[in-house]
Amino acid sequence: MMTLIQQLIAPLMLIVGSFLCLTGAIGMLRFPDFFTRVHATSVTETLGAGLILFGLIFLSDGLVEVIKLALILLFLLITGPTAVHALAKAALAAGVVPDGETKKISSQTNGEPPLKR
Amino acid sequence: MRFRDLVAVVMLAGLYSLIASGLFIVMDAADVAFTEAAVGAGVSTLLMLKTLTLTGRYKTPKTSRHIIAFVSVALTGGLLIYGTHDMAPFGSADAPSQNHVSRDYLENSISETGTPNVVTSILASYRGFDTLGELFVIFTAGIGVLVLFDGTGARSTLRPPLADHLVLRVVTRILIPLILLFALYVQFHGEYGPGGGFQAGVIFAAALILYSILFGAAAARRILSDDETRVLAAIGLLLFASVGVMTVLMGGAFLDYSVLTEDPVAGQLLGIILVELGVGITVASMIFRTFLEFEDRQCADEAQK
Repeated sequence: MMTLIQQLIAPLMLIVGSFLCLTGAIGMLRFPDFFTRVHATSVTETLGAGLILFGLIFLSDGLVEVIKLALILLFLLITGPTAVHALAKAALAAGVVPDGETKKISSQTNGEPPLKR
Repeated sequence: MRFRDLVAVVMLAGLYSLIASGLFIVMDAADVAFTEAAVGAGVSTLLMLKTLTLTGRYKTPKTSRHIIAFVSVALTGGLLIYGTHDMAPFGSADAPSQNHVSRDYLENSISETGTPNVVTSILASYRGFDTLGELFVIFTAGIGVLVLFDGTGARSTLRPPLADHLVLRVVTRILIPLILLFALYVQFHGEYGPGGGFQAGVIFAAALILYSILFGAAAARRILSDDETRVLAAIGLLLFASVGVMTVLMGGAFLDYSVLTEDPVAGQLLGIILVELGVGITVASMIFRTFLEFEDRQCADEAQK
């Protein structure tokens, strides 16, 4: 059973995780506005890195390694979405307008040049 | 290519540090990578961003071109690159750095100091005098910040910039204890794994700074008041130096920890733990205090407007 997981599921998780990281990178470059791009990076951070770490947990030997990887995973799952949330909120507060919205949601740019998206 | 947006410049500098830290890991220099990530990518980026809140985000465009400046920078850069041709190839066995004392350090670290992490034993024991000097530099830089910024004696009463972020407040409440715990782990596990006083001090300060960003400088000062940070910064340095004086009084050389206890190896371990603790205390309190001083200046500037 364990060998099945190690030989089949763990590599699959690594591959899917890497694929998601790649899609995140492509999305970061290709998506039209700030909010969609930040969404793409958050996929990389949570699901991509999460799957890779999960795969590594199955492949690692020794309890200490498993615990360390699980702690890193937990830390990433807490901090990643929080950071993206803060980024998006800060962008909104600074007056970055999402694509498709016509009016500014709030403008607090204090006379500085408007932010480029 | 030119950036007028200084935030972008700071973020690029931080990214550069992060990539450099990855390179250090590839080269198996975990301690250096750790320091680079904590100091270069972490705290210095944070302090630079804090500086930008004082100076403004955009650089005023200059139309004049400084030919002399360009020539001297290009010349110096060219000479530096030319100089790298004389460097030994990476990992070469006959490089000067491999033939001097490093072999002794690697072979004798465990038997002489009982410290598996050779980086720590070199930093804290073999080259302890250098590290004391480094700590003096940090202490002096911190004093410089205090002299420059604390003249007015103003204390920040600014509303914390992230006070409205409910998600951030909740998450940070969970994270801060973990960060502090990790800092202590890095501090006291430095003899066995990557880490030590410098990294631990920076991480500890980062947790305190995070608290002050979310809950305000006044709340952060309730944890460590200005008097406390000032005294702590001095205590860390004094701890390091007085371990050195102690070894002299007990009949050894300056910072030769072997004489501290009956067993020379136990003495080395005790000495290393003590001086690393001194480093951690000074670094943490100085960085935290620097951040608070920046905050005070920002408050004073906004009051003047």
